[in-house]
Amino acid sequence: MSEDRRAPRDFGFGPDEEMLRDLARKFLDEQLPVEKLRALVASDPARVYEQGQLPAWDAGLWKQIAELGWTGLAVPEEAGGLGIKLAGIAGLMEEVGRHALPSPLVATLCASFVLRELGDVAHPWLARIADGEAASLAITDGRGSWDPRDSGVTARAEGDGLLLSGSAHFVQDAFKADLFVVSARGDGGTALCALPADAPGLSLSQDHIHDLTRDQATLHLADVRVPRENALGLDAEDALRRAWPALLVTVAADLCGTSEWQLQTTTEYARARKQFDRALGFFQAVKHPLVNAMVEIDRARSLLYHAAASVDADAPDALQAARMAKSAASDAGAFISDRSVQLHGGIGFTWECDVHLFFKRSLHNQALYGDGVHQRRELANAIIGEIGTD
Amino acid sequence: MSSGKLSQEQLEFQKYARSWLAENAAPPPPERLPITPLEVMSEAQRDYLQDWQARCYEAQLVGTDVPKEYGGWGHQGCQRIANQELSRSGRPFLINVVGLSMAVPTILVHGTEEQKREFVPGALRGSEIWCQGFSEPGAGSDMANQQTFAERRGDDWVVNGHKVWTSLGHFAKWMILLARTSRDHKYDGLTYFLCPIAGHPGVTVKPLVKMTGESGFNEVFFEDVVIPDRLRLDAVGKGWTVAMTTLTSERGVAEGAGGGGGDGGHPVEQLVALARRSFRDGVRASDDPITRDAIVQRAIVVEGIRQNARRARVPALVEHPMRLPLQTKLTGSESTQHLARLGVEIAGAHASLYKLDPAAPDAGHWPLAYMNSYGHTIAAGTNEIQRNILGERVLGLAKSK
Repeated sequence: MSEDRRAPRDFGFGPDEEMLRDLARKFLDEQLPVEKLRALVASDPARVYEQGQLPAWDAGLWKQIAELGWTGLAVPEEAGGLGIKLAGIAGLMEEVGRHALPSPLVATLCASFVLRELGDVAHPWLARIADGEAASLAITDGRGSWDPRDSGVTARAEGDGLLLSGSAHFVQDAFKADLFVVSARGDGGTALCALPADAPGLSLSQDHIHDLTRDQATLHLADVRVPRENALGLDAEDALRRAWPALLVTVAADLCGTSEWQLQTTTEYARARKQFDRALGFFQAVKHPLVNAMVEIDRARSLLYHAAASVDADAPDALQAARMAKSAASDAGAFISDRSVQLHGGIGFTWECDVHLFFKRSLHNQALYGDGVHQRRELANAIIGEIGTD
Repeated sequence: MSSGKLSQEQLEFQKYARSWLAENAAPPPPERLPITPLEVMSEAQRDYLQDWQARCYEAQLVGTDVPKEYGGWGHQGCQRIANQELSRSGRPFLINVVGLSMAVPTILVHGTEEQKREFVPGALRGSEIWCQGFSEPGAGSDMANQQTFAERRGDDWVVNGHKVWTSLGHFAKWMILLARTSRDHKYDGLTYFLCPIAGHPGVTVKPLVKMTGESGFNEVFFEDVVIPDRLRLDAVGKGWTVAMTTLTSERGVAEGAGGGGGDGGHPVEQLVALARRSFRDGVRASDDPITRDAIVQRAIVVEGIRQNARRARVPALVEHPMRLPLQTKLTGSESTQHLARLGVEIAGAHASLYKLDPAAPDAGHWPLAYMNSYGHTIAAGTNEIQRNILGERVLGLAKSK
């Protein structure tokens, strides 16, 4: 399908990227072992699922993460960030997924990818992110469409600024965000605006979600005034499209991380647990599905780094590569999630077994920015041509 | 290769290989070539493919990294580049696949100086075709259960027994032969030989007919076949270890020895072309959303296999050294099978047509490729055995036997 001539053979994953990934692994191993994650987010099922409280997170840990500079990973150096390659971000995000880190990091990276496509006008906002502020994209309508044209917010001109009203749905980690990047339909096309979380007229209503490692909300805008300097682009659909491959890669990397945790944890159980005087892994009905899951995860990881390298090389088929990675990562995530519960047997079906934490994070990410079927429909248009055009 | 970066020598070789392949097209084949060398049936196909391998050898695309004293070209780390370029070029495959990917690597590891000088050059040039004698009626997945017996008589061995599924046996001058030399030990009772086949007294090669009606592989019978001891490879009783060298080479680099089918092009593009010409419920199959999804699923797997090969050479992105290499045979053979199966589905009613029927799409390729694909999911350790190996060696699960 694609030529690798412009992308490096090692996906651009060199010593710097390896060091960042290993540092992230060490940091998260220390700061968020699974026992600590469990105690943090799953102490009591009633807290979130009955009382409807926001899923817990560790704001102190987030402060440390910001101090490590991770919020500025995707912020260009000229805006005060680290501006590292997507290959490096993918490596770090795999560790984030592997530890199911509750944090606004994914949301912040995704918002950064969009902001940096808007040029110098976005630099003040990117600088805030590099300084440790959390950001989130508010770009999805109430039907859950991933098309950048489908915003639930409208923009109309007022003075030399804009007036925004409507709702953006499925906003990730909204209650942790300091600022939002909002898309809105206006006369000139799709406008992109940056809004501080405390902007007058902006409010959040909590979505009650399954995943215990993030929050999600609907963002309501009631005639929110956007001064000229915050309206970052009036026809910004292209910026969203250009950022899209990096968004897909980031979520795919998180999925690869959760999937690898699920594979290793379930494998460990199949090595230790005995039935009929044999370790479970002796039985091919257990062994072969685990191997199949490994094959799917490896496919997703290889496509992930290919996609990251394609984005870094500005390859013309980067979006295709990213859609392949997201499709493979979503499907691998679905498969190992399924087997991780089933192969743990009765215990796998309980609250006390950690697999549900990763199951739910994976399930959420499988759909986010488009599941496998969605990605493949878009890929079919690219590979085969649109329906009815040949 | 541990590094992802190409050396100066590799870059120059890549440039050279590309230009050679661009300038040296293979002539049109005398008849349609099969998908892989394991299905070569006719002498016309054989002669054509032997000529092509000899040209590739002279161009240093074969035996690239093999030392010059054994007939190779003495490059460093350039064989895989040659393999990639051969594969990318869509030129015909190399016929002597068993020789290149199994016999030569094994002889280079375990052979004596004389054996290396005697056997490697002919295998590289393709003038001496090799076949493999590891499978027996009672030794398939349980490969150590070899019953073909080699009995020591002075300076010779006398072999009696029966090998099956011997691809290329009808053209082979030599066989890599695994035989039992002691009944006291299952694994340590095996010895590895380089056995003459064509015209050798006591050897009978009988074609086996596949489910497709085609031949291409054989049964080989040994009746008091005499092999001089100088054709024994490595020590008596070390056959299992030597065979493991052969199989790691096979599973790891078999795909590298051959190029494309010569006239096929990219398999996903072939499927798309077929879908554009086929109809499903009155509309083009290429406009049917479910067919489109199925094609893209195949495209993702094909691209994933390519990127797995790339990632396998980036140590920082590999959790376990054998994790990706041991998947190669499994994923490659199943991808081939699923691609062919999808072609059958897309062809719909037309997939019923055998290649004799002039209306058969792509000259009957899809159903034949589908049926032939089982050769690959079964051979070289069935894919069930591959899953056992992966589960045990990589995931550390308990042995299923």
